[in-house]
Amino acid sequence: MSLDLPAGLPSNRPAPDASFLELLRSHNLQPTWEFGPGDAQTLRAPEATTILALRYADGVVMVGDRRATEGHTIAHRRMQKVYPADGFSAVAIAGTAGLAMEMVKLFQTELEHYEKLEGTRLSLEGKATHLARMVRQQLPMVFQGLVVVPLFCGYDESESVGRLYTYDVVGGRYEEDDYAASGSGGREAKAYLRSVYRDDLNEEDALTQGIAAIAAAAEQDTATGGPDLRREIYSTAVVVNRDGYTEISEERVAALSRDLVGDSE
Amino acid sequence: MTLPYYVPPEQLMKDRAEFAQKGIAKGRSIIAVEYADGVLMLAENSSRALNKIGEIYDRMAFAGVGKYNEFEALRVAGIRHADLKGYSYGRSDVAAKSLANAYSQTLAAVFTESVKPYEIEILIVEVGDDAAATSLFRVRYDGTLVDEEGYCAIGGQQDELTEKMKAGYEAGMDLRAALRFAAEAFEAVEDRVIGPDEWEAAVLDRTNGRRMFRRVDAAEITAARN
Repeated sequence: MSLDLPAGLPSNRPAPDASFLELLRSHNLQPTWEFGPGDAQTLRAPEATTILALRYADGVVMVGDRRATEGHTIAHRRMQKVYPADGFSAVAIAGTAGLAMEMVKLFQTELEHYEKLEGTRLSLEGKATHLARMVRQQLPMVFQGLVVVPLFCGYDESESVGRLYTYDVVGGRYEEDDYAASGSGGREAKAYLRSVYRDDLNEEDALTQGIAAIAAAAEQDTATGGPDLRREIYSTAVVVNRDGYTEISEERVAALSRDLVGDSE
Repeated sequence: MTLPYYVPPEQLMKDRAEFAQKGIAKGRSIIAVEYADGVLMLAENSSRALNKIGEIYDRMAFAGVGKYNEFEALRVAGIRHADLKGYSYGRSDVAAKSLANAYSQTLAAVFTESVKPYEIEILIVEVGDDAAATSLFRVRYDGTLVDEEGYCAIGGQQDELTEKMKAGYEAGMDLRAALRFAAEAFEAVEDRVIGPDEWEAAVLDRTNGRRMFRRVDAAEITAARN
């Protein structure tokens, strides 16, 4: 694209091809956070905590708790940490909440932008690679103590299989063949999943185990929110399979959570 | 030093307009028809890969006739315009009126300033919550912006198609009826039968969820016409 359109429309001068991130950058609109030296010590941004994902027979289940913390206090009780990335993938976030939410929004826009321009969806591999690049670009923030570590999963339409990816702080990408968890309660959630995981779980069992793992993490980790029956706050759960991304209704998660804590009301 | 010949501005604009019209007249037309749940766009297009109709945003679509490379550049610019706006503000702040205005400015500037005007005509469709909130904007090669209601056509056979549709259009058709209506208008004007593989069709449909755009395949067109 070498055409420089006059008046009215955003020009396509620096050739961003199909990348929305590059388009933002060419207009100097990319999200940035700037710090002076030492600011980070006094900065207290809310943290998103525990998320997990597990593969089951037909796809992947992803679950996240709802709590955001600021030091030892609860900042938000109803935060959403699991999001659709596009029609066939989902992304969950742990770490500095503000940065992570912006990253998700940018990632969603990026995938849709590509799909509209090219007339076809990015491959699952392509989406995972792009997310790795976005994590890597956060690296300067990591040195300020502001970390974002997402989990990404999707249904690979070319191979008819659900895939799950984890990331490290420098943008390293790892494909997992069973389950993964991240955030402050991630270790407890993984310990729980390790004892119950089988690779032939059906959707119902995978959902139950995912929700149970969050509850198990909440038993040990103060930053993880377990099922809150009094306020009716339950985990966010989604499924990605052959039919695409589906968010599990709050009633269904509530019913599964109540069964779990033995409340048959 | 020789002086350049004086060309009166009226003549200059007339020549440019004639040039653009000639280019557009060569291409095939596109029809947009409102139906009960949204808007149908139908074009005659034998290519599967090079589309004339495309998605812009949640409720918005684009259709172009004339030179492919010229309207394709505008389609891409429109998606960028919409995505930048939706990302910076909110999804509901992306409106067809502002995009149609931007297109109009761009085409007017190209028409007066560049060596060659664009040989295209474009259509921006936006589906609202009901028929009253639905808009069809037509932008001509010189930037003229026209707001249509119910149905409209762009391209070489625009006048004949509009005339034809005027006679038979009824508000509140279902999608199958709208497909039949639009395809019959084309065939009547062209005076020949057009095969199911020669159509390119897409809808913006309120029942599709957030992203209302959906392509309609040959099988669905055949089913609607039988």
